[in-house]
Amino acid sequence: MTSRRTSREYEHELQQLRRKLVVMAERVQRMTLNAVRSVVERNSQLAADVIIEDRDVNREEIEIDELCLLILARRQPMASDLRFVATAMKMVTDLERVGDLSVSIAERAISLNGAPVLRSYEDIQKMADITSEMLNITITAFLEGDARLAETVIERDDEVDDLYHRLANELTDNMTKHSDTIRRSIDVRAVAKNLERMADHTTNIAEMVIYMIRGKDVRHMGKQ
Amino acid sequence: MTISSQLNAPHSLDDDSSPGKVKIRAKNLVAGYGESNVLKGIDLDIMANEVTAIIGPSGCGKSTFIRCLNRMHELVPSAFADGQVLLDDTDIYSPSVDPVLLRRRIGMVFQKPNPFPTMSIRENVLAGLRLTRRLRGAAADELVERSLTGAALWDEVKDKLDEPGTSLSGGQQQRLCIARTIAVEPDVILMDEPCSALDPVATARIEELIDHLKTDYTVVIVTHNMQQAARCSDRTAFFLLGEVIEYAPTDDIFTKPIDSRTEDYVTGKFG
Repeated sequence: MTSRRTSREYEHELQQLRRKLVVMAERVQRMTLNAVRSVVERNSQLAADVIIEDRDVNREEIEIDELCLLILARRQPMASDLRFVATAMKMVTDLERVGDLSVSIAERAISLNGAPVLRSYEDIQKMADITSEMLNITITAFLEGDARLAETVIERDDEVDDLYHRLANELTDNMTKHSDTIRRSIDVRAVAKNLERMADHTTNIAEMVIYMIRGKDVRHMGKQ
Repeated sequence: MTISSQLNAPHSLDDDSSPGKVKIRAKNLVAGYGESNVLKGIDLDIMANEVTAIIGPSGCGKSTFIRCLNRMHELVPSAFADGQVLLDDTDIYSPSVDPVLLRRRIGMVFQKPNPFPTMSIRENVLAGLRLTRRLRGAAADELVERSLTGAALWDEVKDKLDEPGTSLSGGQQQRLCIARTIAVEPDVILMDEPCSALDPVATARIEELIDHLKTDYTVVIVTHNMQQAARCSDRTAFFLLGEVIEYAPTDDIFTKPIDSRTEDYVTGKFG
């Protein structure tokens, strides 16, 4: 059985969609790491670069949506192709949100960098590392059609949630004892919250990748 | 009641024919022409009051299969068929079954609309009854109106019933053929690519009609248009090289087929 579609043009459109999604995913992954670096290394220029790069994310979102619509209109895809295009349309929304959250972290970095260092950012860095790895694995699962790999991403979301809750509690404690740290604590907490939400979005993408591969919708399972 | 009398008796729409019941069962159906085996042992259950689509690449046996369901296949000189086709548990290939009367119970609509050219619209609708009875007067009028209404054509032709059937547009002619088919109150309507010769608007009207028809009839449609199968049918059977590869609810066939050959066909990798 041939593995390529009869229509070369259609084949090209699907490959183009795939490539664009990967480029966008890799971009937001890089933005995530750079945004956190701009906090940890107190580098406001790096933060500014992240904010500017979000324009590319927004442009890519629109291009991918348009390409998906064209494919739907022209090709009326079926089966795995249909699931792929449906997944792409959802993925792009989650990826764009991750980009926005990176911008939010970068803005907080600029605010934090103008004030004395509040605390070690070890836990922030750990959250960022896990979230970035989750996104990396999700991209790999998407490219290789590996649903099991995508499942491991979903399992890791709790890790990020736990780190966030611990950090949030610490900061709250700190704020009640030292009122002069409130502004900075709010900023750090916001950074952590953004990372936690990035992990949620990455989990969403992983769930869609599982749907794309298996045709089974695993969203909202185990969340009763 | 003997087999032949069961099948040859007129069918009433009040007869028990409910969703969830098997209406037609093909059991190890083998068929072909001369030395060529086209169908290689088909086992398939067509469910009552559902639309079943048959899809597959050219030469896979779709049309041969559908023509075996009402014994039109045997009208081809070199044709042969073996195995069983059961209509409500009665074998239509039993020697005592009259194939002409069978085709009232299992009617067919063809790719090219074929109203009888020398007949009026009204006469076309009543043509099928001529075999067994002649209706006249109010009874005939009532049947003509009911059949044309059932085919979503009444409003368009009620003022010109005496005009030739061929004076209608292609889409209207096809609906007239459907009216002619349902006038004899069949159990099953077979459709062999009924929209291939029609424009998109006419096609849309026929597809809408198919959805209504299943309330009273069991419909089997052969189509090479996968999107049509996806829109119109409840279940879809994918045929390949004379075999049923996959038979499942239509939504599953077109969103998550199980067999890789089905997947390859519906995603356009061949066919």
